[in-house]
Amino acid sequence: MADDNGGRDVAAAPESRGAAHPVNAVARVDSGSTVSAGTAVVPRDALQNPGLPPHRPRVTDVDPKKERTAERWVYSLFYLSLAGSLFTIVAYFAFPIEENSPASTRANNLALGIGISLALMALGIAVVHWSKTLMSNHEMIDQRHVTSGSPETRARAVQIFDEANKESGLGRRAVLRNSLIGALVVFPLPAIVLFRDLYPGTAPEPVSQLSHTMWEEGMRLARDPSGTPIRAADVTLGSVFHVIPEGLEEAEHKLEEKAKAAVLLMRLRPSDLNELPERQGWSYDGIVAYSKICTHVGCPVALYEQVTHHLLCPCHQSEFDVTNHCEVIFGPAARPLPQLPISVDAEGYLIAQSDFTEPVGPSFWERASVDND
Amino acid sequence: MTAAASSYLDDRTSISAVVKEFGRKIFPDHWSFMLGEVALYSFVVILLTGSWLTFFFDPSMTEVDYEGSFVPLKGVEMSAAMASSLDISFDIRGGLLMRQMHHWAALLFIASIGLHMLRIYFTGAFRKPRELNWVIGFVLFILAMAEGFTGYSLPDDLLSGNGLRIIDGMVKGIPVIGTWISFLLFGGEFPGTVIIPRLYTLHILLLPAVIVALIALHLVFVVVHKHTQFAGPGKTNQNVVGVPILPTFAAKAGGFFFIVFGVIALMATFFTINPIWNYGPYDPSPVSAGTQPDWYIGFADGALRLIPPGLEFDFLERTYSFNILIPMAALGLFIVLAMIYPFIEYWITGDKREHHLLDRPRNAPVRTAIGAAGVTFYGVLWAAASSDLMATHFHVAVEHVIHTLQALVFLAPVIAFIVTKRICLALQKKDREIALHGFESGRIVKLPGGEFIEVHEQLDEYERWKLVSYTDYAPLMIRPNSRGKITVAQRARAGVSRWFFEDRIAPVASKDLEVSHDNTH
Amino acid sequence: MSKATNRKNRAGRRGPLATVALLAIGLFFTGGAYALISNGTAEAQSDINSQEMIDEGEKLFAANCATCHGVNLEGSDIAPTLIGVGAASVDFQVGTGRMPLAASGPQGQEKPEQFTDQQVKAMAAYVASLSVGPPIPDPRYLDEQGDAANGAELFRINCAMCHNVAGSGGALTEGKWAPAINSTPAHTYEAMITGPQNMPVFNDANLSPEDKRDIITALAYIKDTPSVGGYALGALGPVAEGLFAWVFGMGAIVAVTVWLTAKSN
Repeated sequence: MADDNGGRDVAAAPESRGAAHPVNAVARVDSGSTVSAGTAVVPRDALQNPGLPPHRPRVTDVDPKKERTAERWVYSLFYLSLAGSLFTIVAYFAFPIEENSPASTRANNLALGIGISLALMALGIAVVHWSKTLMSNHEMIDQRHVTSGSPETRARAVQIFDEANKESGLGRRAVLRNSLIGALVVFPLPAIVLFRDLYPGTAPEPVSQLSHTMWEEGMRLARDPSGTPIRAADVTLGSVFHVIPEGLEEAEHKLEEKAKAAVLLMRLRPSDLNELPERQGWSYDGIVAYSKICTHVGCPVALYEQVTHHLLCPCHQSEFDVTNHCEVIFGPAARPLPQLPISVDAEGYLIAQSDFTEPVGPSFWERASVDND
Repeated sequence: MTAAASSYLDDRTSISAVVKEFGRKIFPDHWSFMLGEVALYSFVVILLTGSWLTFFFDPSMTEVDYEGSFVPLKGVEMSAAMASSLDISFDIRGGLLMRQMHHWAALLFIASIGLHMLRIYFTGAFRKPRELNWVIGFVLFILAMAEGFTGYSLPDDLLSGNGLRIIDGMVKGIPVIGTWISFLLFGGEFPGTVIIPRLYTLHILLLPAVIVALIALHLVFVVVHKHTQFAGPGKTNQNVVGVPILPTFAAKAGGFFFIVFGVIALMATFFTINPIWNYGPYDPSPVSAGTQPDWYIGFADGALRLIPPGLEFDFLERTYSFNILIPMAALGLFIVLAMIYPFIEYWITGDKREHHLLDRPRNAPVRTAIGAAGVTFYGVLWAAASSDLMATHFHVAVEHVIHTLQALVFLAPVIAFIVTKRICLALQKKDREIALHGFESGRIVKLPGGEFIEVHEQLDEYERWKLVSYTDYAPLMIRPNSRGKITVAQRARAGVSRWFFEDRIAPVASKDLEVSHDNTH
Repeated sequence: MSKATNRKNRAGRRGPLATVALLAIGLFFTGGAYALISNGTAEAQSDINSQEMIDEGEKLFAANCATCHGVNLEGSDIAPTLIGVGAASVDFQVGTGRMPLAASGPQGQEKPEQFTDQQVKAMAAYVASLSVGPPIPDPRYLDEQGDAANGAELFRINCAMCHNVAGSGGALTEGKWAPAINSTPAHTYEAMITGPQNMPVFNDANLSPEDKRDIITALAYIKDTPSVGGYALGALGPVAEGLFAWVFGMGAIVAVTVWLTAKSN
């Protein structure tokens, strides 16, 4: 601790000894100090610090009755706190949690909480009240010192470094010093390498994983979460289906696959759809399938408005227009939601024609280099 | 008995030196000086409740079938982390209380750090010799947010899972290394099976250790520098006026700890926080309306929401996601500027003296105005994070809310700056008036000549001192350096200095007072 | 003032009953016709669909609805056709007070209903008598005794993104919103099968009647179970929690710091 004067220079404020107007020895001004005041204006005729105002006694200092009342308050609160703690212990057993009974959990939470709160609040208020009404409130003065060490201390510190330098030869033996620095600089580098296997080195390249989903030609579209396949006839006008690939439940990395493959299926009037020429045949009788993963930062874009045909992301309010191949009409997303080309198999079930033709979800650095075709 | 015990202890620890050193250290009294303590105390509550929670929480993403008491999740497949969080909430006595205390305390921890920082800023307590402690405090603020976010993610519920997904999306948007950072963080593709245990290690080991170390350092500096105080009669730059640690301050601070603890307990008793059972386990397909981060991440989420469409480009087979990079850069710049502000002001004023007397915010109008602009900027971003709730609760379109906030993020700080500076100057003028001429007493007197005047009551010298004791800075004059040249840096500095100090109200000097008194008499 | 004159004008034009009823323009309703995949929820409703009911419904419809929706349900510039919307849609729209519309706006709002249950059912019967559409749901799917766990999961996947996981509602585009779910089981069921306003349709091929029963059960569980952790702050999520922490938590603590450091007298 640099403060080597604690305790020594503490003095009770002069008024506490009864002086109405203390002669204030501490009202030195900075103009005498040696460091630059910068652009501060140090006026010569500034008003003088009048010193501490006279001390005003509290009611508890002058009225013994008030003092006793305060004391009564304090010990009553201590007892109240004690009661609160004991109540908590009793409540722990008196309000057990019964199986399948949220009401009992609620009662347990309330009872324990009230007990603990009471114990803490009463204790805290009591101690503060004690300090405010019964402990001395005479203001005291502590002297400050410049934060930097004294010139002698500083000189000695410099001297110590000097001596250390001489004795070790750090400054003199350049080869030793430089090789030490070299060793120290390189020393942390293995730590960086050691983190490489946070993603195992044997695992496939990230970009290849981000570029594909588990959708493939002929894979049926299934309901989330039951996994039952969907017939085209099931999807009535105005409907929205939350879709996963059939067989997702058996997939090795279920959640990771679902995080990419989740799809939203909607049926619009074919006349409402503005299909791009190159995507003719990607829909089936007004039924369209789009990735549910936002192209902004990846929230599920699942809010479908069946009249306006808008999709809204609840996280950052990007809006996509389903009639115009899910182009962005509002919000921070930049790219349309990728479309899953679909058709119908012999039994009338909806199937994927292929995987998505572009990576789904948020953008990544290498995204533009991915060529899925 | 006491003597014997303390002697036993002192013989072995030389504790008496410590007591002598610190026992009667003086702390000044002001309500705003307690805000840092609130942060410290909520952190203690977090450590206590958090340690308790670790005994019951299972930080694993192994899939289990939930068999606890909450009926609408029975039999549902979820991670062990989620299942154990539900068990803590429903089946362990006092578990829900501890969880809720931990979470409420976390919200208060960061809120009180925020208020503490605002107090430090607006009173100029960051000036020499405390610049480094400001930086340490700022780092603590950032670490506290990191603690909060990692903790928010641990239950692996739907809300936090979507939060993590947003982080993943942002990370992927970083040029060159984004994809790899995402894969290293999640051990593969999102969500993977390792992120919860990894965040857990950060949350309960690494981050708390660094926070504890930095808090210790922060407090060491408070002891070294001694506490600042507001200007007032008897208070100078060379002293500290207040109450000693033993007994008064220790009692107040100790009692206050229990009160803060009690307020947190009360909140946890009567108010639900983060009902993970409503959200259910994380599943990449669903999402809830009103998916938001905890309040302290709100400004970042809001920044993401305010970006207009189309800011993403492909160039040379690489993707540049400016819809992510712009908010990241804006927030980064904002944080860095706030962190180095003490050094900027030091450069502008060139004042190398130590400052232990606090400024009243009005007496540093431009600093206060910059602060107001910063707070407004932060506030607009923060508000943007609840754009959807503003839309539903005030019956307006969410698009209009966003468009309004997009305009405000640029305009509001400027308006806040101008208005605040004007208000500060007006208040200074009023102070000067009162210091010179006293209060309007409301008493009207008819002079013998038939003239009516209102009697002004003069301040006593103690009250006047509060109004007149502040440092006045003049704009820097450009002067050639020793080689007779005016450097660009000096021009810049003079320009900023003029901007800072050209409008100023000088404190009342004794001469002014004499003139004023002569006129009134 | 302008409200009062509006009301008077309308009264003059449309007769006394219409004063209460047909009010506004710019209304959109369930879009388009229905090809309902119904697996027989229509039995046991013969008395509801009696000829008397249909006749009473016709009168009420002519007086209250026909101005906008047309005497033959054909719709108009300001209101959609009701051909094929079915009894469920009428029961939901009129039964929750959304119809007749009170004012033009982004969407119809829930308000105290204007008709007795009997009158609502009569209008529903009349509309259903003219074209096939989703009927009023069978009570056995409304008993709130289904599988809450399945219902909660389906709710999270199909409903929570708009209505919030706790059914507290949320924002949609252009000033529309998904309302907080406080309806009766029947109205909730009807909303799912009819897709009122911008809500998509969840036909029985998507969510089977049993699935819908499970969802209603889960909603009932959330509604009927007291919030275990204390007051739920509107179940709106972290924004409400953050506001509360700042206003009440920090507010209380700052008040304490002021008391703590105030000079005692």
